[in-house]
Amino acid sequence: MEFGSLILQMLVFPGLLFTAVVGLVTSWVDRKVTARVQMRVGPPFLQPFYDVLKLMIKETCIPAGTSRWLFLSAPLFGIAAVALASLLIWRAFIPLGQTFSGDIIVILYLLTIPAMAVILGSFASQNPLASLGGSREMKLMLAYELPFVLAILVPVIHTHSIRLFDMLAAAPAVAKPSGVIALVVAMVCMQAKLTLVPFDAPEAETELTGGAYVEYSGPLLGVFKLTRAMMLFTMPIFLVAVFCGGIAFGQGWLPILLGVLKYLGLVVAVVLIRNTAPRVRIDQAVKFFWGPMTLAAFAAIIAAFLGW
Amino acid sequence: MSFAVNMLTRSLNVFHLGGSACNNCDIEIIDTLTPRYDLERFGITLVGSVRHADVLLITGIFNKKSAIRLKRVYQEAAKPVLVIAIGACACTGNMFQKSYNWNVSVDKYIPVDAYLPGCPPKPEAMIMAMVKLVKKLRGAK
Repeated sequence: MEFGSLILQMLVFPGLLFTAVVGLVTSWVDRKVTARVQMRVGPPFLQPFYDVLKLMIKETCIPAGTSRWLFLSAPLFGIAAVALASLLIWRAFIPLGQTFSGDIIVILYLLTIPAMAVILGSFASQNPLASLGGSREMKLMLAYELPFVLAILVPVIHTHSIRLFDMLAAAPAVAKPSGVIALVVAMVCMQAKLTLVPFDAPEAETELTGGAYVEYSGPLLGVFKLTRAMMLFTMPIFLVAVFCGGIAFGQGWLPILLGVLKYLGLVVAVVLIRNTAPRVRIDQAVKFFWGPMTLAAFAAIIAAFLGW
Repeated sequence: MSFAVNMLTRSLNVFHLGGSACNNCDIEIIDTLTPRYDLERFGITLVGSVRHADVLLITGIFNKKSAIRLKRVYQEAAKPVLVIAIGACACTGNMFQKSYNWNVSVDKYIPVDAYLPGCPPKPEAMIMAMVKLVKKLRGAK
């Protein structure tokens, strides 16, 4: 019984299916806001669903000379990791089961796996453009992980806990100046984690023609697109949980509405940054993350220790 | 109408293959995605890799050398894939018909689903071609 409900949670409610559906709706918000910024009408509500379902009926091309096993399994690693991360975050929101001490560390690790899946898949495909994309993705990952983890440390210092549930119970981290700095750093890192403009050098539609995904087609590309949509849902909800007090269930509809608004605010911020900034080169991105962003995160940590 | 046709016609990813075109057709293709026409309303987006494509847009003339590449690009696309020949050059060879290195038209190399003459065709004509292609796929009159 216990095992059965766990499987159900993984596959249906806070796990795979729920994250996929809400992620696709979020990617519609992304495309619609982008269209409105460019004075266009934008796609219909169900467009992301059509896109993914259409890819499911297409042929899967496996290029000659690839490592077949890695090429075929890389997208599945990514989607499994992001579904599991979403499950852990939502278990802290809704008391479906016991959360455990240290779940925030597990979530941080799980959120790096989709990027690693892209790297593995692109290198397995033996395409020169894909391997350029993969190497850029790897550099970008080395760059943003340091300030991201440092920024997540600030609420950990505030609450003296590495359990996500305690951060939801305590006062939100953004109530203090150090939390605000850390949130800004984490938002910039989120932009890079989602590989959106200005940090979309791994994909670079204009010169790498899709970068890491060049050789992927059909259902495998669909799984990658779904993973990206799910990350677009999971990353802002993680930041809302860690910095802004999360979405409070079980106290009427007003706190839920407030939580959803916080989440949508972060998503729209991501979309607006992506529509108004030009792409930076990969060396500029690494300098930016290891220089100003890391220093800002350190400043936030020192401020948090001083109790600000 | 089957599920597959329904999904395919609602989300057409377009890949643009230029074969020594004069660039006019290419500019008009980009025009259809600008705010004035906004083909993303119907789920039509431009993609960079032929593996992601549902529709190949062929512009320009394909001579003895580039026709081999045309055939290869078509084989690399994930099926089902549709082909639209855009502009007088891709449809007929236009003024290059008597040229020394132009031999046969595009449809001798790959199957073409729609021809769109014009030098260059207007964006409205391109949208019309897409509408007709979608109607043909869905089996509507």
